[in-house]
Amino acid sequence: MSDATTDAATGGPVLAADGTPLKRSLARALRRQKWRALMLIAPLLTFILLTFILPVADMLFRSVENSIVEETLPRTVVALADWDADSGELPSEAVFAAMAADLKEAATAKTHTKVGGRLNYESPGISSLFRKTGRKAKKFDLEAGGPWKEALIDINDGWGEHENWRTILTYSSTYTAGYYLNAIDMQVGTNGAEMRPEDERIYMKLLKRTLWMSCLITFACIALGYPVAWLLANLPMRTANVLMILVLLPFWTSLLVRTSAWKILLQQQGVINDVLVWIGLVADENRLVMINNQFGTIVAMTHILLPFMILPMYSVMQTIPPTYLRAAKSLGATNWTAFWRVYFPQTIPGIGAGSILVFILAIGYYITPALVGGTKGTFISNEIARHISSSLNWGLGAALGAILLVVVLGLYWAYDKIVGIDNVKLG
Amino acid sequence: MAETASNDGFVVFDRVQKSYDGVNLVVKDLNLSVGRGEFLTMLGPSGSGKTTCLMMLAGFETATHGDILLGGNPINNIPPHKRGIGMVFQNYALFPHMTVAENLAFPLEVRKMGKSVREEKVKRALDMVQMGEFGGRRPAQLSGGQQQRIALARALVFEPELVLMDEPLGALDKQLREHMQFEITRLAHELGITTVYVTHDQTEALTMSDNVAVFDDGRIQQLAPPADLYEKPENSFVAQFIGENNTLEGVVTEMKGDICTVQLDDGEILDATPVNVSKVGERTKVSIRPERVEFSKDRLQEGAHLLKAEVKEFIYMGDVFRTRLKVAGNDEFVIKSRNAPDQVRLEPGNQIEIGWLPEDCRALDA
Ligand SMILES: Nc1ncnc2c1ncn2[C@@H]1O[C@H](COP(=O)(O)OP(=O)(O)OP(=O)(O)O)[C@@H](O)[C@H]1O
Ligand SMILES: [Mg+2]
Repeated sequence: MSDATTDAATGGPVLAADGTPLKRSLARALRRQKWRALMLIAPLLTFILLTFILPVADMLFRSVENSIVEETLPRTVVALADWDADSGELPSEAVFAAMAADLKEAATAKTHTKVGGRLNYESPGISSLFRKTGRKAKKFDLEAGGPWKEALIDINDGWGEHENWRTILTYSSTYTAGYYLNAIDMQVGTNGAEMRPEDERIYMKLLKRTLWMSCLITFACIALGYPVAWLLANLPMRTANVLMILVLLPFWTSLLVRTSAWKILLQQQGVINDVLVWIGLVADENRLVMINNQFGTIVAMTHILLPFMILPMYSVMQTIPPTYLRAAKSLGATNWTAFWRVYFPQTIPGIGAGSILVFILAIGYYITPALVGGTKGTFISNEIARHISSSLNWGLGAALGAILLVVVLGLYWAYDKIVGIDNVKLG
Repeated sequence: MAETASNDGFVVFDRVQKSYDGVNLVVKDLNLSVGRGEFLTMLGPSGSGKTTCLMMLAGFETATHGDILLGGNPINNIPPHKRGIGMVFQNYALFPHMTVAENLAFPLEVRKMGKSVREEKVKRALDMVQMGEFGGRRPAQLSGGQQQRIALARALVFEPELVLMDEPLGALDKQLREHMQFEITRLAHELGITTVYVTHDQTEALTMSDNVAVFDDGRIQQLAPPADLYEKPENSFVAQFIGENNTLEGVVTEMKGDICTVQLDDGEILDATPVNVSKVGERTKVSIRPERVEFSKDRLQEGAHLLKAEVKEFIYMGDVFRTRLKVAGNDEFVIKSRNAPDQVRLEPGNQIEIGWLPEDCRALDA
């Protein structure tokens, strides 16, 4: 009888030759392998951590972070906690005094405009209130200057407005859902969260438009790319190579050049309109509007994203031997049945991979819609970019980005449920 | 031409030519007639045009010239899916995204058969290849031999009159291959199907077929039943290609009815059956099967011409002995003798005399 059998019979662990439990010595042997593997990927891991994971985490954090009010106006935040916003009365003198003290400090440190800017996102106009008061705040005499209620209202009427105080109270906590509410066109009103007025709702519309147009672009890519991928996979080698170069050509041309080319082609005095007028299909005064709208965005983006659809489809189609079609035909299937029942199902992994790729690229696309989208053809990413680079409302930009991320992950999850992610083949 | 068509040919190739590139003829003047219920094998070296012929018959390639008839009707203009020909491909071509049962139901579905009929037929076809249990599996979950059987069942399930098979057993190991050879012939004969089978394995061709067509260079070199092919090859290509063969070269010196005398290049004389030679002075290749060569004194015929031979090598192969000799300057001359108790085991260096019956020795084209 061997040791192992005895051990198994008594329920003890199986021992290795040196007497340590076999499991532990196996784990030790594997650990070294794992370390070696980890060392190999360490540079890439660090890179991804620094350039991808950390920024994403930072963005998620910024979308809820709101410490600026608390840090700049510490006394006011404490004093305001007792105020009942629904009472219809202005806060007490103590709150005004606290605000005066905070403002003096902030004006000296020149941070009053920042907090004003932050609150301005929620309630337009507050920014100038802080800016104007700040100019005088440096000279406040905190000991003798009271009562501050009258003094502040005297400097600017804004301090006498109930809504402004409510805004300060609402955004006085360290973390806020305000950016997210804003990103889905809601606001905190008298009765908690509520939808914004009809004419101020922009982001949900933009998000829906982004999703819808990305779908259209994906379908356009499938429809245009499928025959090309099929040709690539079935033509003789040399012809296929030439075609492949044509498919890859866009990759070698600058994105800006390609987008500008579409501008030249599609604009009202552009090549296509000229041709249509020349052959008489379109009257000269009725030239088609094909740019600076959704149509322009869809055309230009379909063109730009097409290779990302063709390549995965091609690599899947390449692995499907022509004998399957022949077999189907020998079994009595017409050309169409053979294609639809035998060939097409086998290309679905390629379509899936291409669609995910194109859709996710499209949903976050930015340059092309910005250049050819006009006002009707822009995407949510253009709005994000605006908040990051010109309006400097990073929190809202981050919230919009986070929502986009969640939508993409959600779609990814749905795709996995329906088609199965292991069905995706990139090559 | 009229003659080929009249011998009840179910499948007829009538002076068919095929070129892919417009420069080389891959199939040159092919005439072939396959009777109903016959098992015909196309045998030939790689690139001899076997698959091409099969593809023309199935409708995936068009003949450049000539007619192909099926049941007396030309099929050149009938698309593949209307020909009703079952086909087994070399790599099986089972649809990977369908289960075995769906694969089998496919030809029935496209023929618009009802569900119950379909299920009935699929079940019967699966039972026929002893794969009844496997209907729910995907092709990837089957072994090579099992896939092979499913491919066969799929080609038969819609009851075609003609089945084409292109090297269907190429990917199987020897044992499985032999088993499947038996299965295929059994099924073909039981169901009375006409079969055109392509292989480059001559054992397979000889054991399975009613008739074998030996292809070379785009032509049929000989079309005959297996025994004739082996024992009465009509030219030196067939003699070389089928089985093991000894070749000696020489000139015909005398013709006497159905025996001729040949003088080998080193001066020795032998008797042979003239096949492709007609007059004295012609060059010829003489062909003798290794197992028809005699060397023990008491079996050699009185008065026949004998050749001197030197033993080069003796190989023990279990059931037979294989002895390599040097005969008339050719030291690749092989003889085979049965491992019997009284059999003589030759030693390298032995000087012996060998001979054979004139009918076993065939004088073919040079
Ligand atoms: N699609 C094609 N285009 C051009 N030439 C071809 C094509 N298919 C086959 N050929 C050529 O035709 C000749 C015969 O090919 P075929 O496939 O019929 O040979 P085969 O007898 O089946 O050989 P194997 O035993 O190797 O399968 C070969 O020289 C081959 O190169
Ligand atoms: Mg072949």
